[in-house]
Amino acid sequence: MSSAKEVSALDVLCPMHLILGPSGHILHAGPTLCKMRKGQGLSGQRFLEVFEVKRPRALNCMADLMSDEPQKLRLKLRAAPHTAFKGVLVPAKDGDGTMIVNLSFGISILDGVRDFALTNADFAATDLAIEMLYLIEAKTAAMEASYNLNSKLQGAKIAAEEQAYTDTLTGLKNRRALDTVLTRLLSASNSFAVMHIDLDYFKTVNDTLGHAAGDYVLQHVARIMVDETRSHDLVARVGGDEFTLVLPEVRDEGTLRRVGRRIIERLEVPIPYDGTDCRISASIGTVWIQPGESPSMEDLLSNADVALYASKHAGRATQTLYTPDLRDAANAIGAPAARAPRPA
Amino acid sequence: MTMHGLINRSIQQYVSHTYGRPIWEQITTNAGLDFSDFEGMLRYARSYTPDLLQSAEEVLGRPRGDIMEDIGAFLVCHPGFEAVRRLLRFGGVDFVDFMHSLDDLDDRVRLAVPDLILPKVELQVCADGHFSLICDASIKGYGHVMMGVLRAMADDYGALALLEHSQGRAAGTEMVSITLVENDFAEGRAFSLAAGVP
Repeated sequence: MSSAKEVSALDVLCPMHLILGPSGHILHAGPTLCKMRKGQGLSGQRFLEVFEVKRPRALNCMADLMSDEPQKLRLKLRAAPHTAFKGVLVPAKDGDGTMIVNLSFGISILDGVRDFALTNADFAATDLAIEMLYLIEAKTAAMEASYNLNSKLQGAKIAAEEQAYTDTLTGLKNRRALDTVLTRLLSASNSFAVMHIDLDYFKTVNDTLGHAAGDYVLQHVARIMVDETRSHDLVARVGGDEFTLVLPEVRDEGTLRRVGRRIIERLEVPIPYDGTDCRISASIGTVWIQPGESPSMEDLLSNADVALYASKHAGRATQTLYTPDLRDAANAIGAPAARAPRPA
Repeated sequence: MTMHGLINRSIQQYVSHTYGRPIWEQITTNAGLDFSDFEGMLRYARSYTPDLLQSAEEVLGRPRGDIMEDIGAFLVCHPGFEAVRRLLRFGGVDFVDFMHSLDDLDDRVRLAVPDLILPKVELQVCADGHFSLICDASIKGYGHVMMGVLRAMADDYGALALLEHSQGRAAGTEMVSITLVENDFAEGRAFSLAAGVP
């Protein structure tokens, strides 16, 4: 049995230790363990009745624990809150059968401190438990700050994308850019043309060769449209396979027909992708606004749709210039008058 | 060379909470900045901090030392910076213990935020109840910040201490003289080790 003096030194150095007698009864418990057991006491109880030994496994009685070598233990309080401990068990003195078990919370330090309202004074002065708690808290605060910054940046990115004028897949302008340019042109009562271009057979490419092929074709199409227009024309992708061109200062109808024809011709050249030729075409509906005309944006786009529908109806791969009688004809055969879903 | 955003962010929080957002914007404008919001987790040019402090002196019409001391106290007392108070409280069980932990303050801070470099401070025990905190003043007025921190932490621990700021004996240092009247003067604010983590 240990002397009183030894015990008090151990209380300071290892406030979570136990001294066990040869029968496995607890002879003495360090002050922090006593605090954790509030009133229920530990002295006199059987070690294995208070603690469940998780490792080493298959341990049934104290005799299994006896060893001349130090033993690493994993333990759990049998009573709530079933706190987990790491431990090490060493024979106290050669041959007399007493043992010392020193315990630590290990990774469950935070639960331990919380469950038992422990303070600095409950840990040995050399124990890193307080530093560990400090680190956990500091890292949590730093992670929180980083997380906040990240979500702020994420929000800013989404906002920037919403305000962007560029279609990210093709690098063309997007519908927002189109609306801005049209608003400006319409309010200035300038002459300009709007071409609605709808790809034909694009859905087939997407369905049979996959989205990667579809994306590749769209990028190819975008290059052709940029090639076939002037630098001050606007080329916008306004839907999956829908494009709108805005051409200011067009001299004559012949120019429009030529541009449309060139675009369709070039789009019809098979596009090689991964060993396969992708074949598409395009239908175009064009509205030519004369100087002084200032239709509403809605009417303008609706007229372009009517002309596009006429091209589709005429068997695709054609361009139609809008005239009012097209709308009458379209109404007569029950085509959509406004921007409604188009035939594929 | 860059300065950690947390430093500028602290100055921003102190001014805008105490004097209002428009005053803060005036300070950043006068400091020649074209933005007003600092992010704690970003780095900024080193020159921003002295420029901001200089501009704050002029706009607020207060001496640098007073502003710095208020910033120190603000960091400990303001509910928005509860993490700072808690992390400082990990340093010691009472105020004297806490003062001794200040020697490790810069190391502790680096443990939490590896690139946040704070000036070194060192506690000297002079006579019974008398201490000197020698502060490296690579940021001019850092001694005043520490004085604000000490004042607020003495309150937090429930200690009664008299503080005085002076230039340090060595060049580039400042000194806070501390006379501890009573280590256990009042109740102090509660602190439990595990309360800060959700």
